[in-house]
Amino acid sequence: MMKPGQLAATVFGAACFGAAAVASAQLVKVDGSSTVFPVTEAVAEDFQKATKGKYKVTVGISGTGGGFKKFCRGETDISDASRPILKSEMEACRKAGIEYYELPVAFDALTVVIHPKNTFIKQLTVAEMKKMWEPAAQGKVTHWNQVNPQWPNQPMKLFGPGADSGTFDYFTEAIVGKSKSSRGDFTASEDDNVLVQGVSRDANALGFFGFAYYVENKAKLKAVPIVNDKGKPVAPSMDAVLAGTYQPLARPIFIYVNAKSLAKPEVREFTEYYMKHGAKLAKEVKYVPLPEKAYTANLEHLAKRKLGTVFGGVAEVGVTIEELIRREGKL
Amino acid sequence: MDAPRVREIRSVIARGKRWDVVFAIVGIVCLMIGLLTVAALFVDMAVKGLPRISLEFFTNFPSRRAESAGILSAWVGSTLVMVVTAVTAVPIGAAAGVYLEEYAPRNWMTDVIEINITNLAGVPSIVYGLLALGLFVYQFGLGQSVLAAGLTLALLILPVVIVATREAIRAIPAAMREGSYALGATQWQTVRYHILPYSMPGILTGVIIGLARAIGETAPIITIGALTFIAFLPSPPFQPEPPFLSFEWLFAPFTVMPIQMFNWTSRPEAAFQVNAAAAGFILVLMTLAMNGLAIWLRYRLRRNINW
Repeated sequence: MMKPGQLAATVFGAACFGAAAVASAQLVKVDGSSTVFPVTEAVAEDFQKATKGKYKVTVGISGTGGGFKKFCRGETDISDASRPILKSEMEACRKAGIEYYELPVAFDALTVVIHPKNTFIKQLTVAEMKKMWEPAAQGKVTHWNQVNPQWPNQPMKLFGPGADSGTFDYFTEAIVGKSKSSRGDFTASEDDNVLVQGVSRDANALGFFGFAYYVENKAKLKAVPIVNDKGKPVAPSMDAVLAGTYQPLARPIFIYVNAKSLAKPEVREFTEYYMKHGAKLAKEVKYVPLPEKAYTANLEHLAKRKLGTVFGGVAEVGVTIEELIRREGKL
Repeated sequence: MDAPRVREIRSVIARGKRWDVVFAIVGIVCLMIGLLTVAALFVDMAVKGLPRISLEFFTNFPSRRAESAGILSAWVGSTLVMVVTAVTAVPIGAAAGVYLEEYAPRNWMTDVIEINITNLAGVPSIVYGLLALGLFVYQFGLGQSVLAAGLTLALLILPVVIVATREAIRAIPAAMREGSYALGATQWQTVRYHILPYSMPGILTGVIIGLARAIGETAPIITIGALTFIAFLPSPPFQPEPPFLSFEWLFAPFTVMPIQMFNWTSRPEAAFQVNAAAAGFILVLMTLAMNGLAIWLRYRLRRNINW
């Protein structure tokens, strides 16, 4: 006769070996970008309610790069990404034999904000922002009149996300011309709320972050219209992003779905639910939804097994959604 | 004694007393710096978070809508992780402490081990997270599970438990041990019937203080990949059909209170800041409750010891 302690230990040991496989059943694992997180979270929440707990979804935040690392090791079914997959990541996936679908799910509009009392900035051109943010500006361009002589001789205080964020990558790519290339002497924070606080407390401040943070803090901040490639200043808004005029700071955000996982009913149903309800939910969490035809195109891509990325592993700025749908994917 | 001499002595005493007062004031000021900081943080969180605390806050899963978002998966996750941590760290830590105090020979090896344990207590928690990521998550294949997190935090608090055990054992008068040996008890019998029962209050206090630290840890848990959004619970440990016990929950994905808080503070909507404050308030209450339990247990168990 075993003592209770021994019995518990035996059961414990047996359970440890037996349970590992069971736990992953009917579970959709999503990880990746914090920018895409709110959209995926909203979809996951409603999907689980709609399927009445039949399927389970977990969503983590490891950043776009961290998410792809897990994705290409086969640890996750879906990866949230605020930029297209890079060459090195494509290589990692190929080595592990992981094939994937690239599905754009929404737009994010990077918003350049200033203090509401700042009256001298009416609009900004890419060239002006480049003067402020390029690496050569470090320690040299410290006053507003150095960027534009018509602006006052007042100190310039810059705020932006830290170097680990996809937002920072995209902004530097679009403005400076090279990803991650920026001056280092600005106030950086991974927490966008810190940036909101910083800009709202300093009349000489300028900062940038995702559109949702601007929408929630409209009373404290002013968004700057950005002069696009046609020479027209455009303020960030859902309509401008959809019309493709808010350039070059509007970017598509993606989910990458493991092709093998898609054979599992829970992953397929979740992805389809994402495409069918993504537009409404993206709007609810203050992202710009894609036009309806983009979601249908995504579903078609899944049906026709159009695998791979349409970017070829290179960062690109100002791609329209029509262009994305048209292109052929590569693994 | 003549009058001038008495005056002189009195002035010396008065000067000494003045220093007493000065030092007491300095001491109180120092104490207040710590206490007021804690009180200010706590009151601030309570004021911001209290309106949000209701029964639903505990029974709802996280949500994109701040008003209906709750901490169910977070507090269940934290509790389960703490159970694994305690179950692992207590026996290992207590046994290691007993070994070092009662069995270990006094030589350089023991010295090296002791120095290492003291050092371990000062290792930043993120380092434990990295170790656990390599060892538990990938090498042992435990994945991002409750079990992996519990073992990680167990490692983290192991030095605390060992040190607490050793101090508790050292506080036992040598006469107890000698008396036991004098009556012919073996070393094991002495440990089993005297050393362990007498040191139990001290060990428990150390364990709970360690757990109170572990419950607020964020860095190692994030490193091993705890999730941010999870709207289901691990399967319950007790099942209605045989074998009645299930350990599936050990391998379930999870989130914990500090991660839930962290996620809410980084949201754009102001309403989530209130949720974060409320969750912080609950977390501080959990820590306070654990410390309270430690004090109560120590008091209860000490009462039973008559030397």
